[in-house]
Amino acid sequence: MYNFEYAKPDNLETAKSLMAREGAQALAGGQSLTPTMKQRLAQPELLVDITGLPELKGVARVDGGVRIGGGVRHVEVERSAEVQAAAPALAQLAGKIGDPQVRNRGTLGGSIANNDPSACYPAAVLALDGVVSTSNGRDIAAADFFQGLYETALEEGELVTAVTFKAPMRAAWMKFPQPASRFSLVGVFVAQFADGHRVAVTGASESGVFRHGDLEAALNTGGDLDSVAVSPSGLIADLHGTPEYRANLIRVQAKRGAAAMV
Amino acid sequence: MPQVSMTVNGKRMAGEVEGRTLLVEFLRENLRLTGTHVGCDTSQCGACVVHVNGDSVKSCSILALAADGAEVTTIEGMAAADGALSQLQEAFRDYHGLQCGFCTPGMIMSAADLIKSNPNPTETEVREWLEGNICRCTGYQNIVKAILAAAARMRGEADPDFAAFAAE
Ligand SMILES: Cc1cc2nc3c(=O)[nH]c(=O)nc-3n(C[C@H](O)[C@H](O)[C@H](O)COP(=O)(O)OP(=O)(O)OC[C@H]3O[C@@H](n4cnc5c(N)ncnc54)[C@H](O)[C@@H]3O)c2cc1C
Ligand code: FES
Ligand code: FES
Repeated sequence: MYNFEYAKPDNLETAKSLMAREGAQALAGGQSLTPTMKQRLAQPELLVDITGLPELKGVARVDGGVRIGGGVRHVEVERSAEVQAAAPALAQLAGKIGDPQVRNRGTLGGSIANNDPSACYPAAVLALDGVVSTSNGRDIAAADFFQGLYETALEEGELVTAVTFKAPMRAAWMKFPQPASRFSLVGVFVAQFADGHRVAVTGASESGVFRHGDLEAALNTGGDLDSVAVSPSGLIADLHGTPEYRANLIRVQAKRGAAAMV
Repeated sequence: MPQVSMTVNGKRMAGEVEGRTLLVEFLRENLRLTGTHVGCDTSQCGACVVHVNGDSVKSCSILALAADGAEVTTIEGMAAADGALSQLQEAFRDYHGLQCGFCTPGMIMSAADLIKSNPNPTETEVREWLEGNICRCTGYQNIVKAILAAAARMRGEADPDFAAFAAE
């Protein structure tokens, strides 16, 4: 690992001024960043440890949903009574990320800021019509936030302070883990709202998380998901699966999700 | 160089580190607590698991500076001062929960965290909990038995009957 300066501010204002420095990068749970730095794939000059910021903590019920601080750890979401009440599938998703030690450190903000194409949370943010609040005072809709592989709408130095998820009528998270990494080979989040279904897919596309309009339309009209053509075009090809394999898994996981929604 | 201090196995420890010094490096190299192992470079094997403020975490994926001021427990802190093994360690011995022993410190620290939050885990819950602990020797059967037996003993119960378990 390359060396760097380390700072641990105890409030958001100080964190923002540190983040404005050249070469600064946020460090949350470190469950993605530390391994990346060990491989020398990242070289920050200043690491700003944001785990001590009270502004990024806390889970609260809000009108029609639940607001989760950007610094809230996966284990806290998994066990949160507020999340379990508003969106049990979201608590289940958090409880299936990686392993217990990853969940004891990793955070919601770190996961969506990183926007790994196989990460779990982005699927929930899209399917539960999430709004990402940031340290620049912006509220960014899920559809605008995720912008392709490891790309987000965040500006230089901007922090995720919270995500507000809408509470669905019913929802389910169907993760098909890649057995070595435990990340999703394909993960599908299915949610039903009064105005229709939302189906978000992670782990499958070369351009990151996305919604599948045809699957949503079929669910809205009570149609058979088996008759939906899921195109392999643009899906990931790697040693774990071909695009065709992933396309089929998307339909299978969506079908399982629709049957399992609570 | 930055200073770091933390309570390790009940003792106040301090030292100089670089920004990039990992908690596991501080424990092994500065404090010479070499019971915590490093088995991978990808944060996946769990040989390095310790407790930080009561939570099991991978000490290879946390900076030493990020643990400044924390309460840390390593495998060296599990046995009593007179060397008497903890119930988990005792059960690993009774059930042959180790072969080469490389993964064992991480297994014990991880299992201790499980039993703390779930004193009566099912076999499936134990297996799922061990998702982040890789053992290349045992095939896990005896590790799972040892953890179930330790949990039973801590609840003041007899060891489970593993006859049905072994037949699976
Ligand atoms: C063995 C293993 C298995 C895993 N399995 C899964 C899995 O199954 N599913 C899954 O989704 N993830 C998985 N992960 C990743 C894990 O969820 C990470 O915790 C998460 O991706 C990053 O969160 P973090 O808090 O650790 O962020 P860090 O690693 O600290 O940071 C990640 C990136 O986000 C930035 N960042 C952090 N917080 C913020 C913020 N609030 N605002 C803006 N930028 C920020 C950092 O600068 C960095 O670029 C796994 C990781 C490991 C090591
Ligand atoms: S050394 Fe492998 S997970 Fe820490
Ligand atoms: S006993 Fe050898 S790695 Fe587990």
